[in-house]
Amino acid sequence: MHEYWNPRIERMPIEDLHKLQEERLRSLVRYVHDHSPFYRQRFQEAGVEPDEIKELSDMTKLPFTSKIDLRNTYPTGMFCLPENWVVRYHVSSGTTGKPTVVGYTQDDVDMWTESLARALTSIGLGRGDVIQVSYGYGLFTGGLGLHYGAERIGATVLPTGAGNTERQIELMQDLRSTAIACTPSYFLYINEVAQKMGLSIREDTKLKAGIFGAEPWSEETRRRIEDSTGIKAYDIFGTSEMSGPLFTECHLQSGIHVWADLFLIEVIDPKTGERVEDGERGELVVTTLNKWAFPLIRYRTGDITILNNEPCECGRTHPRIMRILGRTDDMIIVRGINVFPSQVESVLMRIPEIGDNYQIIVDRKGPLDVMTVKVEVTESTFSDKIADLMSLSKEVSRQLKSVLNIMAEVELVEPGTIPRSEGKAQRVIDRRKV
Amino acid sequence: MVAIKQISIFAENKPGRMARVAKTLADAGVNIRALTIAEAGDFGVIRMVVDDAESGYKALHDDGFTVSETDVLAVEIKDVPGGLYEIANTLGMNNINVDYAYAFVTAKAERAMLILRVDDIQRATEVLSEAGMRLATREEIQNI
Repeated sequence: MHEYWNPRIERMPIEDLHKLQEERLRSLVRYVHDHSPFYRQRFQEAGVEPDEIKELSDMTKLPFTSKIDLRNTYPTGMFCLPENWVVRYHVSSGTTGKPTVVGYTQDDVDMWTESLARALTSIGLGRGDVIQVSYGYGLFTGGLGLHYGAERIGATVLPTGAGNTERQIELMQDLRSTAIACTPSYFLYINEVAQKMGLSIREDTKLKAGIFGAEPWSEETRRRIEDSTGIKAYDIFGTSEMSGPLFTECHLQSGIHVWADLFLIEVIDPKTGERVEDGERGELVVTTLNKWAFPLIRYRTGDITILNNEPCECGRTHPRIMRILGRTDDMIIVRGINVFPSQVESVLMRIPEIGDNYQIIVDRKGPLDVMTVKVEVTESTFSDKIADLMSLSKEVSRQLKSVLNIMAEVELVEPGTIPRSEGKAQRVIDRRKV
Repeated sequence: MVAIKQISIFAENKPGRMARVAKTLADAGVNIRALTIAEAGDFGVIRMVVDDAESGYKALHDDGFTVSETDVLAVEIKDVPGGLYEIANTLGMNNINVDYAYAFVTAKAERAMLILRVDDIQRATEVLSEAGMRLATREEIQNI
């Protein structure tokens, strides 16, 4: 029942995969050098000639690229083909700075679609499934990416886009969606709205799988989603610079399969730029092996993860990354201690007395950073006794301290008062004046 | 069983919260008999006895409040010095702990009532009745 979309590639022996990567890397390096003034200059600055890149191990001679390069070359300075080759643009929202533009040739769109076709097949979706795409359509890559991937495997797409939640739930029922793709925080909101409408995802819909990504989420949130709705929750990864959403876990839910014939990944120490050992956390760096309008060489994604090169029990030989643990730029430093919102989330989701939504507020009182975590009290566990509420807030604070090594004030708030989002949730509010 | 239902509401300690609770009950046509607020810094618990606990609970719940129902006792206090002592002493002598209490006077000021939340409601009912104290029933609270 769990089939492969492209069995020859997905189960390719690791040595053959490496050989394929090596060939593709060599031609990529030559290609970007010949087509892009940006890369030519970069190679020159790093003192590396395309001919020096012969084996995979030569890779570390290549310079890194990052979001800053994309901004400096806005809008299309890093493209390697003239605009008339480009069949589509996507543009990032630019919430953390200037927007970034990515462009695709027809082959690039096909590569993206192939990657998702393999991924969606690996979680058991195919013809006969109805996939509700509740990611935003438009400049954001999530909606259109999943849309094409789902069509490619012969599934039926229900392109709801984000928002209009009650309608989403009605359509989910009427057209019998079997899978949904959206941010995990939006799915939790859909579940909340369904309950208010007197419906249960488990009993009143045919939903069996969720494909969740575009924001970091935790294993504990997965358990919460699965326990409360009866669906299987799968992690999906990809950034707009790489194409958009590209990779998911397989049905075994044990790490995200990154197709090695399409992307070469490394995990580095963000401070030193050195590669870390497999199994150690670091920043994900990607090189595109089959992408032509806008290829990337050693692009620093800013996403923190762990690399696993062991073959998966599902039979796929490609490397896996663990769920994204956070971003180098969403890490907050509180009193000199690094805190990732995902760490806070994993603590909160273990505590049944509190709701699915939370917010972290960092402020400065005098010379001291103060971190406050707002959580919602749920009605099912609400005790009339002040003492019980006080000890709940103390318990949350204690558990946060044991994981983060820092005191956090816990504020219990009324349900529904923490803002819900239809896209990426804003979990951190930093009020410190820099 | 003479226990009556008290409604408890979780509320953040912010301007307008109390008004929202009151408006919901007003719109539902529910009349408040007695009310107390226990506050603990950022949040508090509003506790109240109303004429129609079921409608009150439902209205608040539907409006998105975190609300629960708790069994409490309503004991009539004699309006003379030592009235409260009599009740408190009876419970104390029988080793029954009072979690919290608040008092009110009925609309026509005929009687004073003490709302009590105790750790053993069954035994409290027994010992108070044996000591000759009157406990108000649900119907009485409704009709005061």
